Amino acid sequence: MSKQTVLYEKHQAMGARLVPFGGWDMPLHYGSQLEEHHQVRRDAGMFDVSHMTVVDLKGGGVKSYLRYLLANDVERLKNSGKALYSCMLNQQGGVVDDLIVYYLNDEWYRMVVNAGTTEKDLAWLARQSGDYDVTITPRRDLAMIAVQGPNARAKALPLLSAGLQQTGAALKPFNAVADGDWFLARTGYTGEDGFEIMVPGDQAAVFWQRLSEAGVAPCGLGARDTLRLEAGMNLYGSDMDEETSPLEAGLGWTIAWEPEDRDFIGRPVLGRQRKYPQKKRFVGLLLVGRGVLRNHLKLFVGQRQIGEITSGGFAPTLERSIALARVEPDIGETCEVEIRGKRVQAQVVKPPFVRNGKRLFS
Amino acid sequence: MSNTPTDRRYAKSHEWLKDEGDGSFTIGITDHAQALLGDLVFVDLPEVGTALEVGSDCAVVESVKAASDVYCPVTGEVIAVNEVLDGAPETINEDAFGAGWMFKIKLTDNSELENLLDAAGYDALLAEEA
Repeated sequence: MSKQTVLYEKHQAMGARLVPFGGWDMPLHYGSQLEEHHQVRRDAGMFDVSHMTVVDLKGGGVKSYLRYLLANDVERLKNSGKALYSCMLNQQGGVVDDLIVYYLNDEWYRMVVNAGTTEKDLAWLARQSGDYDVTITPRRDLAMIAVQGPNARAKALPLLSAGLQQTGAALKPFNAVADGDWFLARTGYTGEDGFEIMVPGDQAAVFWQRLSEAGVAPCGLGARDTLRLEAGMNLYGSDMDEETSPLEAGLGWTIAWEPEDRDFIGRPVLGRQRKYPQKKRFVGLLLVGRGVLRNHLKLFVGQRQIGEITSGGFAPTLERSIALARVEPDIGETCEVEIRGKRVQAQVVKPPFVRNGKRLFS
Repeated sequence: MSNTPTDRRYAKSHEWLKDEGDGSFTIGITDHAQALLGDLVFVDLPEVGTALEVGSDCAVVESVKAASDVYCPVTGEVIAVNEVLDGAPETINEDAFGAGWMFKIKLTDNSELENLLDAAGYDALLAEEA
C-alpha cells in the first residue's frame, strides 16, 4: 500500500496521473510532461516533494557527528541557513544516499534525504550516532513544495509571511531561512532558480492552491526527471548506489579531502580509489543519430564495450536525446550506443546540458 | 459515448487498421494507447518494402517515459510510411486516428481481418482493462 502526501487530493483534483514512486503515490504529470518541463524552464512550476524526508539533527555533538557521517564537510557551513550537498557513504565508499544538509546553529542541522531510501537512511543515521550527543528526528509533520523556474521566486514570495518575504527576497542561492515551522530554501533539482519550501502539513494544501492561483503550474515527477537530467544532476538509484563510489559518479567535487585528518565513513577506500588510473569517468552524452537514450544501454568504441548509460532520456529543451553515463577513462569524444541491436553515434560531453534556461549544447 | 471510430478494426495490442478501399490498409495506434504512453518524442517506422508477419514488432514509439513496440495486426508488405512522424512524433498524441497514422500495408491474406475487433469489441476491451 503506497503512502499519500497531504497534497494527494489536490493532485487528483488537478488531473494528475498518479504512479507509485519510492513507496508513495506521486503525480507523474497533470496532462503533458513536456509542457510542464517547458513551464519550469520558461516561467514557474511547482512539485510536491513531500515524499522526501526532512530530518532534524540536534545536540551538542551534532557537528562532529556529521563531520564523521558525510563525505562533504559541514565545517564549511559558517552562516545560519547555509546548505551543503553531500553523499553519505558506507565503509566501502559506496553511496548510501545523497542529501542536502542545512546548518541552522551549532546544535541544529537539518537534512533532506530521498524518499525511497528513508528507512535505510534513518537506520544508518541511528547506527552511526553511537556516543555522539545527537537526537535524530524525522519531521513527518512537514510537507515540501519545490517552486522552480525564472519567475518562481517572484510568484512565490508574495504568498509567504511578511517576515519570510523580506528574508526570502534577500536569500542567496543555496541558503535557507526558517520562520517557525516554515522553511524557505533557495535550492532545487531543475537547473533553474527557485525555492524549496517546507510547510506545516496542515497548511500545505492551501499554499499549493495559492501558488496555483498565482500562475505556478503543477508539475509531476516526469518533468522533474527530464529537468534534472538536462541540469546534469545525479539521481540516486540510477546514477549511483551503494555499489558506486562518488568518484565514479561525477561527484568527486562533493568530497572534502581537506583537512586531511578528518575521518569520515568511507574515507580510506576513497583515498585509495582516487589514485586508481583505471577509475571510471562519469560523462554526458548527446545522441547524434536517431532514437532515444535509455538507462542501461551499452556504449561501444569499435567492438569494445566502454560503458553504460546510467540515466537517459529525451531532453525537451534541447529537443534531442541526452544521457549520463559511466565509462572507461580512455573514452574519446564519441562512442556508439546500442539501441535495439543497432549502433547509433553519440558525442561525449561534460554536463550540464542546460542551465538557467540556456542551452549549453545545440 | 465512445470516440472509437467505427470505420476500422482493432488489435488487442491497441493498433488500428483501416481499409482505404484501394487495396491498401492504414495502420496506427489508438488514442487510448497514445494517452497511456504520454508525450511521444520518437517514432521508428518500418521501411517501405518490408514484409511483416502478423504479430511481429514492426515499429517503436518512444515517449518521454519509455519505448514501446508496435505489433503488426496483419501479414503484408509496407507500401508507405508517415514521414511527418520523423520530425513531429507528437502528431500521434494530437490525432492518433488521423494525421498520426504510421504506415500503409498491402495485405497478404484478407481472412486475417476476421481476427481483429470492431469498434464495439475494442471499447469492450478497454472497459475490461480499466
